[in-house]
This record gives sequence, structure tokens and C-alpha cells, in this order.
Amino acid sequence: MSAGQTAFLERYQQGTSLVHRLDPRLKLLATLGFVVAATSTPPPAWPALVLLAGLAWGAIGLAGIPWGQALRRSAIALPFAGMVALSLPFTQAGQVVWARSLWGWELTITDAGLLLFATILVKAWLSVLVSGLLVATTRFPDLLLGLQSLRVPAALTATISFMYRYLFVLVDEALRMRTAREARSVGTGRTVLWRARVLGGLIGSLFIRSYERSERIYAAMLDRGYAGEIRSLTRLTWQRRDSWAALAWGLALLGVALVARLSSLRVG
Amino acid sequence: MSEPIIRVEHVSFAYSDSQPALIDLSLVVDSGEKVALVGPNGAGKSTLLLHLNGTLRPNNGSRVQVGGLEVAAKTLRAVRAKVGLVFQDPDDQLFSPTVFEDVAFGPLHMGLPEAEVRERVARAMAAVGMVGYEDRMPHHLSLGERKRIAIATVLAMEPQILVLDEPSAGLDPRARRRLIRLLQGLPQTMLVASHDMRLVWDLCPRTAILDDGRLVADGPTEDLLRDEGLMAAHGLECP
Repeated sequence: MSAGQTAFLERYQQGTSLVHRLDPRLKLLATLGFVVAATSTPPPAWPALVLLAGLAWGAIGLAGIPWGQALRRSAIALPFAGMVALSLPFTQAGQVVWARSLWGWELTITDAGLLLFATILVKAWLSVLVSGLLVATTRFPDLLLGLQSLRVPAALTATISFMYRYLFVLVDEALRMRTAREARSVGTGRTVLWRARVLGGLIGSLFIRSYERSERIYAAMLDRGYAGEIRSLTRLTWQRRDSWAALAWGLALLGVALVARLSSLRVG
Repeated sequence: MSEPIIRVEHVSFAYSDSQPALIDLSLVVDSGEKVALVGPNGAGKSTLLLHLNGTLRPNNGSRVQVGGLEVAAKTLRAVRAKVGLVFQDPDDQLFSPTVFEDVAFGPLHMGLPEAEVRERVARAMAAVGMVGYEDRMPHHLSLGERKRIAIATVLAMEPQILVLDEPSAGLDPRARRRLIRLLQGLPQTMLVASHDMRLVWDLCPRTAILDDGRLVADGPTEDLLRDEGLMAAHGLECP
């Protein structure tokens, strides 16, 4: 498969920064901690969110990831978060800032609702930003190893591993099928229904091909002695710099939690 | 004379709800031989290969022996350590996140100690000329490279027998040439299913022709592949 086709899946950036060299276990836990801190910040705590943004900014700068790229990649999550939070401005009690009647429905937007909507967007965006940093600075095999040694169930890590390995093969297969379809459907005037039917067929045969492939892979695994447990030789080594980074990041998150608590007390 | 390394006797096999794929097939291969298995699509070549490591089990009244071992449910692990099966599509064979882990998979699951596993990986990578690729991810490699790694994953288990299904399919001439040279240099007994008559000619002194589940010819490659009448009768071409 050509590099162009895999580019959208490959998020890892070569690098030798401190962030790149940290233990994947630490980076996984640090990301998790950041996401927890972001999501558990109560709505009006803007100072805490600003601090979190500062942390993310610092970490991304330390890793040497270009800012534009980090922002662009994290932006893909906004539509999803927006969809989920879309009803909030309309349903929260508070001071009405906008009202309109639409087909007999009374639509009102409140200030509290808008505030909640904005905080949820910012939190989601910050979380994706930092998760993106994790994926951009950690090779995928190391990420898997980190998950394994953090006692994530083997069935789950094996599934993620296979998914990553075969995503490329599947995308390649799907692209070839699409090319074949386009080669045989020149011209316009096709209806949406027709397109949907063709797409359905494509997904169906992709599923069958994957199913058959999974049987061949399993045969190949059995052939090499697989008996229900995946073994590996690669081990992670926790270094002194990992402890320091863990301490610094942990203290920073603690600080954020404290600021969030204080500012929500002041408001409440 | 020593015991043959592969002995297939009166094997018949049918996939459920279809025509028989193998009919009363017998084949004996001596240690160190390189034998080609040719025949049209659907002749039963792959089905026969899958019998050699017990992925498929034959019906009653037949038997398959490899390296002196009867292929049966009890002996599967030992049989699979003796027979290395290289699949046609390396994407089926390379399922680990890195090349190293893939090549180490077999030895690790044989229960070998770490030092031995590392040694075997190094030897296998050297044998296929891919030293330095250990940390790469399989989807970043070309088809030819993936084929060689797939062979390394099997070599690391140090099998006595190598069974290859269409090893040269999809390779460009240079990659194909390198693969043939690599296989020529390996000491294992080989059974190679292929449509690539040039590969058969260059690699295997002996050829067996399968058609419709039956063994229809078995002899020196030079004789069989020059016999235009025989080749045409089974939908094959002379190289």
C-alpha cells in the first residue's frame, strides 16, 4: 500500500524528545490522568481549563510537534462532541438569551446552557489534544506493550493489536473494491439509493473477506504453536526520568484540581 | 535406505457440501528433496499441503506421516514443529505489530528460553537476508520483503520440512529471483505448490502433478515439464 493511503492512519512522529523517550506506561497513565482531570472539572472553572490548556501546550511544545498539526488533528473530535452537547444550550435552566418559536415549539437558549456547551467542547478538545500527543510520540507496539503491562486484559490488547495490523490491509482492500466499482460505473445520474446499495454490497463482501482472512490468520497462529496466550519478549524499563516526569505531571494535575475546586467554591 | 520424511498414504478428503478435493492420494518424499506440486486451480494442491501439518485431517483408512510422526490430534504440536507452512498471502502469516515479534512468535510458543529465541530470530533473519528489519512494522514492507519475513517466521522454528503455497505469486521479477535463490540455499525438505513453472524448473528436481484431486504424474521435473502433451492435458504450460 502506498504511503499516501496510510498517512491518515499513521500518527506517530519520529523524534527524540523527552516526551518520545518516556515510558509508554507513564504516558498512558498521564493521558488518562489528564482526561480525568479535564472531565471532572466543574463547568464554571475556567482558570482550571486554562491551566490544563497550558499543560497540554507545554507537553506538545516539549515533544516538538508542530502546533498547527496538533490543532488540526484534534479538531476532528469537535463535531462529535458538538453533536453530543448540542441539546445542552436548550435544556438548561437559566437566564434566557435567545428565544424563538419554530413549528409550534418554544426554543430557548439560556446562558447556563451555553456555558455548559462551551466547557464540554473545550474539555473534549483538550482530551483529544493530549491523546493525540500520546499517539504521536509513542510507537504503536510500545503503546500495546504499555497497555499489557498495565494489566489491560489480554483479549483487549490482542484485539487492538490485530485491529491496527489489519486496518491497513482492510483499507487497502476497500480502496481496491472502490476502484473496481468506479471503473464499472462511469457517468452520472446514479441515485442515492443505488449508491447506498452498492456501498452495502461492498461492506458485506469486505466483511466476508475479513472473516475468511481471520480464519487463515488463526491457522497461521496455530501452526506456530499458539495455544491461547500471546507471549512476547520485549520489556519496558522504567527510568529515573520517568519518575520525575510522573511526579511533575501528577503535581500539575493536582494543582489543576485544586484550582477547579477553589473557583467552583467561589462561584457556588 | 532411511525412512522417508513425508509419507502420505491413500488420503481422500472432501470439504463439506462439495466435490471431493483429494481422491486416494499417495506421495512419498525423501529427506532433503525439493518437490513441486503443480496442477490447475482447484486440483487439491492447497488441500494436500494443509494435511501435512494437521490443519486438515484425512478420513479413515489413510495416513499421513511426517518426520516419522503420525499426524493425529495427539501429535499436532510436535508435527507443527517439524513442518513449517508458508502461506500464500504474507498478510495472513505476519500478524504481530513488529517483524521481531512475528519471527519470535513460533520459538516463544514452543516454550524456548529467551536467549535461544533471540538467537533463532537472528539466524532466521540472516537466512532470509533481512537483518536490520526487526523493528519494522509489517505493513511498511513491500510484498517481496513480507514474503521473506514470512519464511523467516517459519525458519525460526527450525522445521525439517518447508511447505510453501505459491511462494512467487505477485512478486516482480527481481523479488522472485531473490526468493528462488533464497529457497535454493535452504537445506530443508521442500514441498512447493506453484503455477510458476520457471520457479519449479529452477528450484525443484522433482515434480508431482495433481488434477481433480488425483496424483496424475510424479517424476523428474525435466521430463514432466518438457512433455507438452502431458502438460496441456492438465491445463499447464511448459516453461
